[in-house]
Amino acid sequence: MAIPGQKIPSNIDELLEGLWKQNPVFVMVLGMCPVLAVSVSAVNALSMGLATTFVLVGSTLLVSLLRNVIPREVRIATYILIIATFVTVVDYLIQAISLAVYDALGAFIQLIVVNCIILGRAEAHASKTPPLRTVLNALGMGAGFTIGLLALGSVREILGAGKLFGVTLFGPDFQPWVVMVLPPGGFFVLGAWLLLFNWLKTRKPQAAQPAEGHVHGA
Amino acid sequence: MVAKQPHLELRTSPHVKRGVTVERIMLNVVLALLPIALFSVWQYGLSALALIVAVTLTCILTERMFNRLGSQAGSLSDWSATITGLLLALTLPPSFPLWMGVVAGFIAIALGKALFGGIGSNVFNPALIGRAFVQAAFAVSISTWAPAYAPHRFSEFIPTTFTMPFMTPADIADWAKHALDGFTGATPMARWKFETYFTPAQDFLSGAATASAGETSAILILLCGAYLAARKFMDWRIPVAVLGAAALTALAFQIYNPERYPDPLFVMLSGGLMLGAVFMATDMATSPVTPRGVWIYGAIIGVVTVMIRYFGGLTEGVMYAILLGNALAPLIDQYTQPKVFGERAKVKK
Repeated sequence: MAIPGQKIPSNIDELLEGLWKQNPVFVMVLGMCPVLAVSVSAVNALSMGLATTFVLVGSTLLVSLLRNVIPREVRIATYILIIATFVTVVDYLIQAISLAVYDALGAFIQLIVVNCIILGRAEAHASKTPPLRTVLNALGMGAGFTIGLLALGSVREILGAGKLFGVTLFGPDFQPWVVMVLPPGGFFVLGAWLLLFNWLKTRKPQAAQPAEGHVHGA
Repeated sequence: MVAKQPHLELRTSPHVKRGVTVERIMLNVVLALLPIALFSVWQYGLSALALIVAVTLTCILTERMFNRLGSQAGSLSDWSATITGLLLALTLPPSFPLWMGVVAGFIAIALGKALFGGIGSNVFNPALIGRAFVQAAFAVSISTWAPAYAPHRFSEFIPTTFTMPFMTPADIADWAKHALDGFTGATPMARWKFETYFTPAQDFLSGAATASAGETSAILILLCGAYLAARKFMDWRIPVAVLGAAALTALAFQIYNPERYPDPLFVMLSGGLMLGAVFMATDMATSPVTPRGVWIYGAIIGVVTVMIRYFGGLTEGVMYAILLGNALAPLIDQYTQPKVFGERAKVKK
């Protein structure tokens, strides 16, 4: 259902879109609730990222397959129902795999159902795209989200506890930065990452075309 | 920023100007802070000196880095980073490890000032942002106090000063007992809060009370503040409002229950209230500008300080009270705009 005149992106582009150009955490700044709340440690961040990726891929695939059957008027309700199904699956899966992780993530597993990345992908992409491409796109988005969560979770765990994935890095005398595992730490680290990426982005066009210095699609 | 003077300057009045520039005001504030810094070095010795130098240097270097990276106004020559560094160091305990001081200095300039666009654009007092960060990050180190007038203070450092970066500082309780007999390690406010012990006023005036590096000399702070106020580099209404409101609130509590609550003099002299009221609440960029607003702003800071001290979990509340006042400053300005000359009151329908 491509708009005439618009270039149809290749499969590779679909996959890479979520990793860098439209990264859900660092570019679109979507789904901040789990990003800030769960990224206290790298393990939590990774599990949350994988769980979200699973729901993202499953629900966009189903939405894409059913895209010609779902009536327009009730599409949001249908998407939510589909997403909720996959969230229920992932909820029980995590409970079965590791109860510790399940307790650490708490309500945020169930809250994946209202994660705007997933609903956004279903509405903006899966409902108008064939299954293979939409799954590739969802995989990229999920990977981008996981990378974003890991970026936050690693910094917060290293500074806040002196560990990474539970492995002690600096010996027993490490002074934990208590603030990093508290909510303000999430905002500080997210802000620092956004600052870094925006700085890199503004530097690139300046270096490439110093005369214009114009950034497209801001 | 040094702008080239044009040969002919065309502008509206005022044509006669006092030669007051940002640089000049800031330099005077630095001069006013120096006696307080020197006094704290005399009290706490080499460790206080190292802390003040380290924190101030960090602030200056961070400012330099952001001036290079971004395109913000201001530069090193306006002395504002030096003030932030000095003030921040004076609010930290003398035994604070240097590496934590460096973190505090970096956060103060980077988060408190540079991100908002440099000098004059900051919403909160940068030094207090730095302190609030290390208060939240290193809660134990920031409430560990070293004795004043220890006999060997000019020949040895406090053991925690040179803690390896990212490592927990050693416990200094034994060292402190050895350094000075009968040292308890609690500030007058902690002793009041947890033991209901009232430290006599002369301890505050002589600087013998346990406290942060620059908090102990109430008279010196007042003298330095009076110098700034006399030269009109500082709004005298703010410290008067802060101290007055704090004293009145304390008085009300003391009348209510004299056995539990200390007298107003204790409230005004103890902790960082004096330093905060004179040097931090008066920061030009973060305080209101209207004459009425300044009184309201000062009063809010004074009352909130006493409330946090009496009912909060922390023993000291000046920092959060001033940060709260900073946040309210634009709102206060908006509601206290003076009437323009000749303006008539709106007729109510």
